Amino acid sequence: MLQALEGSQAIARAVALCRPAVVSAYPITPQTHIVENISKLVADGQFDCEFVSVESEFSAASVALGAAMAGSRAYTASASQGILLMAEVLYNIAGMRVPLVMTCANRAVSAPLSIWNDQQDSMAVRDAGWIQLYCADNQEAVDTTIQAYRISERTELPVMVCMDGFTLTHTLEGIDVPEQEQVDSFLPAYHFKRALDPRNPTSVGTLVSPDHYSEARHSHHQALLKAMDDIIAADQDWGAICGRSYGGLLKTIGDPDADIAILSLGSVLGTLEAALSEMPPERSVKLIQLRSFRPFPAEALRQVCADLSHIIVLERAIAPGSGGIVGLEVLAALSSLDKPPRVHNCAAGLGGRDIPMEILPQLLALADEDRPADFQVIDVVLDRLPEEDR
Amino acid sequence: MNAEVRVPTDTLRSKQPRFQGMTAGHRACLGCGEALAARLVTEAAGPDVMVANATGCLEIFTTPWPESAWRVPWMHSLFENTGAIAAGMEAALKAQKKSTKVLAFGGDGGTFDIGFQALSGMLERGHNVLYVCFDNEAYMNTGIQRSSSTPHAAMTTTSPPGKERMGKRHLKKDMVSIVAAHHIPYAATSSVAYPSDIRQKIRRAMAVDGPTFLQIHSPCPLGWGHDGAESIDIARLAVKTGLFPIIELERGGLTGVMPIREPVPVTDYLKRQNRFRHLFSDDLRAEQELEHIQAIADHNIEIYDLTGHGESVYDADGMSIVRRGGMRRA
Repeated sequence: MLQALEGSQAIARAVALCRPAVVSAYPITPQTHIVENISKLVADGQFDCEFVSVESEFSAASVALGAAMAGSRAYTASASQGILLMAEVLYNIAGMRVPLVMTCANRAVSAPLSIWNDQQDSMAVRDAGWIQLYCADNQEAVDTTIQAYRISERTELPVMVCMDGFTLTHTLEGIDVPEQEQVDSFLPAYHFKRALDPRNPTSVGTLVSPDHYSEARHSHHQALLKAMDDIIAADQDWGAICGRSYGGLLKTIGDPDADIAILSLGSVLGTLEAALSEMPPERSVKLIQLRSFRPFPAEALRQVCADLSHIIVLERAIAPGSGGIVGLEVLAALSSLDKPPRVHNCAAGLGGRDIPMEILPQLLALADEDRPADFQVIDVVLDRLPEEDR
Repeated sequence: MNAEVRVPTDTLRSKQPRFQGMTAGHRACLGCGEALAARLVTEAAGPDVMVANATGCLEIFTTPWPESAWRVPWMHSLFENTGAIAAGMEAALKAQKKSTKVLAFGGDGGTFDIGFQALSGMLERGHNVLYVCFDNEAYMNTGIQRSSSTPHAAMTTTSPPGKERMGKRHLKKDMVSIVAAHHIPYAATSSVAYPSDIRQKIRRAMAVDGPTFLQIHSPCPLGWGHDGAESIDIARLAVKTGLFPIIELERGGLTGVMPIREPVPVTDYLKRQNRFRHLFSDDLRAEQELEHIQAIADHNIEIYDLTGHGESVYDADGMSIVRRGGMRRA
């Protein structure tokens, strides 16, 4: 049954359905409503867990890590500065190969201070060794949260579920909140075989010499690559239970035989999809929603891009001094195709700047260029800058 | 006692097996105070524990992968999050309805400085965790740099004496008072020179359902500049001079001190360590610093009433007499 729920409220319900025994978080806009809603569920006796209200995001991630290692399913959530404060712990969690799920309510990173949405925060920790899944709408965020626990516990890798701050977290939509029995049938009780146990004492997080470090990093990399199968399987299996699935690693929308594609991550896909139907372009266009950014689904991407002439990669973050982040990875992945499409790369909607439907013709115009132009922030208003900064 | 009954002393020990949470074979330096203190703590705490260990010497010398000296479940995460890791473990064990006690181990760097916030949060939230700080008064793992626990005027590689300086310019942070100010059930100091005091305090803390804290003064022969064989002697002098008071605080109030039978001048303690050798040069500033340090000790003796009233067998001399079968406090 559909219920009108705010994104954060829906996520809090989804988390409760997954029955983590320990939840630890520190409030930060736009993640705050998730923590508040979880607190309320706990206070009302609708969610039985140890809720640890910590004194920082650094401790939030650390409490979740300690709990998972001590044998309990755990959850945390953050955004922006909080993700960056957690960064050291995020690497540590992943390196120890501990199953954990967190929500990143994507927000820009200071300075200049912005509480609004882009994806600079999760992109900043893209190499922490976590699985990163980006959601296009709130129903997907709910379903992905549930899938994330299955993926995490099967792969022994932490999963970051990324949802755009405000655009999703603070937006009311009709949400089908799954039944507890559905989630229970999908998600077995937490069992982490390397959990600490006084009856069988082990040491974890030990010092590793150069004799072993490379092997640890290699196996971590391989585990992420192998996790692609688990991401696909979780999406299919959960789809069989609830009737919704999201394409696994990536999803294509529109004409499959289109010659031109726009690839992006997160809620902007909804805007683009609406734009395609409201103002259909002359050329046939398809959209590619990159759902899994880590692991990066190079092979799946090649399959949906093999016959393209152009692909426009729309970033929600920027690598200053370099340009696109996702764009470079797309370019690298497609370079092994016989006839790789031209990759056009731009960013839009940084720090919460609205992305209107009119962005569609602007993006498609990039493909008119003979050779791809340099990376650009497509919605920058240069008149607002002094001459020397343009 | 029947004079006919004789137990060979070489088998006595094996007939009284004791649990050891941290065993031999680790790679601590000769005379390491921290290694001995950690062994005493885990021995007294018993096997039903789970340890969160901060980055530092203890972590490094006990776990060169694939070896480990620990016989209790043990985890190292980072330098500054030990209080939070322990809190997470405790929350999980509580959810699982298990009685396993969580121990957190950190050095003075991980406790006084970088991990201070996570520790404070853990104490404030009332987690059932026993936090043990092995205080060797500097960042020894990175090669003897000053911490906020380094005593005034001590030489470290980042507080070297020179034309313009006489070692560390600042005072040692009064950590146990800060911890006690969280009004936790039990906070105390101890010294590796007094094993029975450590055992007794660990047992006491283990029985408390709530946050407890024990700061153990643990000499570092390399960092302090003394022979490894002298660690216990030097640790004992720190107590007997009044520079390291052995105290107990409950809910923020002072409830116990180990009295000093005969206070010893601080120079007896300082002159045996290279970290203070610049204070024994022919320099007016050195003389002033020695007076300053004596004043710190005198202040401690006064505020904690360390000379006590009357005779206590549990004073800094009595506590040194530990004989199997003899007087033993714990």
